Amino acid sequence: MADILKLGNHEFTSRFILGSGKYSLDLIKAAVENAGAQIITLALRRAATGNVANILDYIPKGVTLLPNTSGARNAEEAVRIARLAREVGCGDFIKIECIRDSKYLLPDNYETAKATEILAKEGFVVMPYMYPDLNAARDMANAGAACIMPLGAPIGTNKGLCTKDFIKILIDEIDLPVIVDAGIGRPSQACEAMEMGAAAVMANTAIATAGDVPAMAEAFKKAIEAGRAAYLAGPGRVLDKGASASSPLTGFLAD
Amino acid sequence: MTEIKELDPKNRIDHMTYLPDMEIIASDLDKKVVDAMNAYDYTQFTASDVKNALNKDILSPRDFQALLSPAAEPFIEQLAQRAQQETRKHFGNSVMMFTPVYIANYCENYCIYCGFNCHNKIRRARLSYEEIEREFEAISKTGLQEVLLLTGESRQGSDVKYIGEACRLARKYFKVIGLEVYPMNSDEYAYLHECGADYVTVFQETYNSDKYETLHLAGHKRIWPYRFHAQERAIMGGMRGVGFAALLGLDDFRKDGFATGYHAYLLQQKYPHAEIAISCPRLRPIINNDKINPRDVHERQLLQVICAYRLFLPFASITISTRESNVFRKHIISIAATKISAGVSTGIGGHVEGEEAKGDAQFEINDGASVDDVYKEIEEMGMQPVMSDYIYV
Repeated sequence: MADILKLGNHEFTSRFILGSGKYSLDLIKAAVENAGAQIITLALRRAATGNVANILDYIPKGVTLLPNTSGARNAEEAVRIARLAREVGCGDFIKIECIRDSKYLLPDNYETAKATEILAKEGFVVMPYMYPDLNAARDMANAGAACIMPLGAPIGTNKGLCTKDFIKILIDEIDLPVIVDAGIGRPSQACEAMEMGAAAVMANTAIATAGDVPAMAEAFKKAIEAGRAAYLAGPGRVLDKGASASSPLTGFLAD
Repeated sequence: MTEIKELDPKNRIDHMTYLPDMEIIASDLDKKVVDAMNAYDYTQFTASDVKNALNKDILSPRDFQALLSPAAEPFIEQLAQRAQQETRKHFGNSVMMFTPVYIANYCENYCIYCGFNCHNKIRRARLSYEEIEREFEAISKTGLQEVLLLTGESRQGSDVKYIGEACRLARKYFKVIGLEVYPMNSDEYAYLHECGADYVTVFQETYNSDKYETLHLAGHKRIWPYRFHAQERAIMGGMRGVGFAALLGLDDFRKDGFATGYHAYLLQQKYPHAEIAISCPRLRPIINNDKINPRDVHERQLLQVICAYRLFLPFASITISTRESNVFRKHIISIAATKISAGVSTGIGGHVEGEEAKGDAQFEINDGASVDDVYKEIEEMGMQPVMSDYIYV
């Protein structure tokens, strides 16, 4: 049986969402191909009009566009950017980014949940980028999100799964795909996220800043596939805190 | 020149006292910046302070001071390497392109180092709306989507309404509109924001108000604190981002560099959504005045300051000036700068082919490369030119 990632009414076999920023436009095609990516994110603010270096012209046909609302500082701005994305033909997917901190670029969960509700009602496939907080994730799920996208580490830092324990809680409790977004710096970290049950991984900076962009895209693809396969196989027994006690505490039970 | 009354200090107005109509806001940023700058003794820093700063993820103001100190000069290569890492992390290989558009050069200020100053006998002009639109049309054909509108600093010569109309016209042709005009009140910034502008840059020139007083002898610009608080008033008026700069070489460039970065840092702390931009001008020769030595800040020192800005404010946009050489500009975009001008004409008008500029330029530019040239050069450096990464909401 095919292992399908379902987002709204759309189905995907790839679990690697690739970013399109921070690297040369003429490498996008090779990166997408090597990544085997079926979804590529795109900052709407970089698309839109213009005859020179329009990023939309470089994205291969057949790949699902996932425009993001970067530049939005609150729900209202995110909603406006999302509607604009739909108007210019970027489809119904929208990754909500609501950021009102220009230094660390941490998402504002409260505004993101508000935007999720409005856009889900308008028929968007809403993918909210968020700080891994269970209460906020529940709000977004209830508001109609198609998935939850918690950050692994501050965006661009390549620090990996700093928020691992909190993402695990979301995976356990939220009945939607949990896609780890931001902070993943190495294929091994992407693999780890998948092993613990993430539905997909989104990465940009780690690939964009690699010496060989397409080659790193491929490395991530393999790591994500390996992590997914391990998750599906059911990991063997791994002891978190060393050995088990040699004299069991429950040996006294008689019948 | 003897008839200029402000040459006699007795005839100058107090540079620390607001003039009527100048908005006073509740802000202690000026005090914080000046106190920290005055306390900054860069001779105290050692190689180990510098190494310590280079090993940090997030730099404190003290680390920033270490990187600006003479002790950091032997570490210039390490500074550049670390700056490049930070730039890549935040911007990847993107380099934003823009062009400044000088729409007027009337100026009411007497700044002794500036080619636009009110006593300098240059051709003054202000473009009509039709002329502005012709300029925009010509510029937009080059593919650029970001413009920085400049006037001289004269409320009479270029009133707020005039600047607002220029913004409205610019919105028809471009996605991003920045302003580099005289400082104004927050309600005026709000009006210009409504007209389509979202970024405001004001150069403080020098944060040493005693030195400032001796260079800016007359006009609104003479009022140091009103200028200092311009960025904060712009944010209060709804602008998305603000730009800062000291004209390095006017006074002690290490102290001015520190004050510039710290000013930006404090403003972002107070208004976390504010986007921060830094420019890095140093003195260049000007028309009718060749007495000033622009060599106070050599390329090595300029690079040190730019790298220190990058490491202290990794998220900030850094603009490299057309006044620098082609070679310097090319290399600095691969290290720390993220924004570069192209197709620059510093005269008033001059973008329309076959038309002569109506007014004289503020300064001579070193790198007069066309948009296509700059685009290709960015690509040659392995970088990606970006025309716009912005949306007006």
